[in-house]
Amino acid sequence: MTAHLGKMVRVWSLLVLLTAAVISHAGASQVLRGTGDLGLIIERASGSVVIIETTGQTKLGRVEGLGDLSHASAVFSRDGRFAYIFGRDGGLTKVDLLRAEIAARVIQSGNSIGGAISQDGRLIAVSNYKPGGVRVFDAENLKMVADIPATMKDGTLSKVVGLVDAPGQKFVFSLWDAGEIWLLDFQAGPEPALSKYRNVGRNPYDALITSDGRYYVAGLFGEDGLAKLDLWNMDAGVSRILDGYGRGEEKLPVYKMPHLEGWARAGDYLFLPAVGRHELLVVDASTWREVQRIPVHGQPVFAVARPDGRQIWVNFAHPRNDTVQVIDVPSMTIVKTYTPGKAVLHMEFTPRGEQVWISVRDDDRVDVYDTRTMEVTQSLRAEKPSGIFLTARAGRTGL
Amino acid sequence: MMHSVMSRASNWRLLNNAAAVLLSVAVLIPAMASAGETLSDSRRTDLNHLLRQDCGSCHGMTLKGGLGPSLLPEQLAAWDVESLAAMILSGNPEKAMPGWSGLLSDAEARYLAQRLLEGDVQ
Ligand code: HEC
Repeated sequence: MTAHLGKMVRVWSLLVLLTAAVISHAGASQVLRGTGDLGLIIERASGSVVIIETTGQTKLGRVEGLGDLSHASAVFSRDGRFAYIFGRDGGLTKVDLLRAEIAARVIQSGNSIGGAISQDGRLIAVSNYKPGGVRVFDAENLKMVADIPATMKDGTLSKVVGLVDAPGQKFVFSLWDAGEIWLLDFQAGPEPALSKYRNVGRNPYDALITSDGRYYVAGLFGEDGLAKLDLWNMDAGVSRILDGYGRGEEKLPVYKMPHLEGWARAGDYLFLPAVGRHELLVVDASTWREVQRIPVHGQPVFAVARPDGRQIWVNFAHPRNDTVQVIDVPSMTIVKTYTPGKAVLHMEFTPRGEQVWISVRDDDRVDVYDTRTMEVTQSLRAEKPSGIFLTARAGRTGL
Repeated sequence: MMHSVMSRASNWRLLNNAAAVLLSVAVLIPAMASAGETLSDSRRTDLNHLLRQDCGSCHGMTLKGGLGPSLLPEQLAAWDVESLAAMILSGNPEKAMPGWSGLLSDAEARYLAQRLLEGDVQ
């Protein structure tokens, strides 16, 4: 009897202790969670990011103090816990998504345009406009480990664009002013080997790397065509693809540079924004030849494939940036045209493609679409939202 | 006042840029006809927004530079309102500066030029 009572008391006090522990944890909002469904929204004008999760489609927190985030982008640590955010003002900020706080921050240059994380997750590379070049940092503490000025033949520095990571601890990037592609190789340690490919074409403006890490393709602003480097066969040098597409036709003024990062591959085809035209180029991914063009609403900025490759979602440059179009890949036709609001800046799919998140800058809103019903299922407020980045990028080359 | 600005602007063009002489005609005519054609407050708000956001997509949201150069007043010391407005309208497409004549009127381009020279882009 007494033994039984004693046991009950012990059970009860244990329960009380447990409850107290749970309550105190909830109070500190430290519910144990993974990072696979996390992401962030850049608030470009206020220097802040909103941390989101895509399971319940909610906001988890907000981190401020990241400087000028116009044209900001992010990459993720391999465990999906930290985001590295590249600001326009040269700021590089490491944000802890779980704690919703800044873990490290440096101002590494005067003006930067984007960055990449190495295959092993230990190095962060940033491409800079001013001073033109690439700087590489230790992902742990953001201490600089290498500085590669993009010095041209005349001794001046070129702006650097289209920086991506490639397998084997490599970074590849393009020199806007010089028309060159450079490859940095950290395989042998912190002193990188540098290879240069010259005369690849005038004014490369952005680049992509295929998800297998094999082809680096730079779009050229100064000519109709793209420059392609095969990283499995680097001695073959850079070759031109889609050379002279649309030659002779007059281009429209380009009010915004298209992006190739987040480019679309669907099945056998690549979908690329044509510069200065209201068209998407469809390219056969095995021959690198143009197979057709799809007329669209405006000059495309992003053309992004739903992860299963069945749909391509496209947004457009000013002044037609209130619209999003969806292309059905099997029929190559536009199946839906949305007008979410003024200044649609970015689109990001969840890794299995059931949702796409779309930022509408001037309406201070991010909408979540169900890609099967094609309906909006959620709208979140964010201040002047631009880029949306989900942690699924952590596991993908070139993102 | 308006006149002195214009004659300086015309001199600059004649000296520096033959092509712009043609433009100066286009710029002068509406300027005289409208004698400071007034833009509505809401249009001004739109233009301020355009300057930060859409010019800002290449020149940086704070206009300190990006793919295009800084447009802060100290960088624009060599320009006056008319020459800047002409640059905005015609652009330099070869060098990735789009011409805005399809989207902006002369008065609107001059308004943007003024804002740039005053350095007040809020
Ligand atoms: C697509 C990118 C882009 C956009 C958008 C853009 N610019 Fe430019 N702009 C440039 C580039 C690049 C240059 C440099 C051209 C050169 O090298 O001659 C430039 C040059 C200029 C110059 C000359 C500056 C100098 O010191 O020589 C002015 C003024 C200017 N832009 C104003 C504007 C205004 C105002 C807007 C918005 C209405 C605008 N730009 C939008 C890319 C852009």
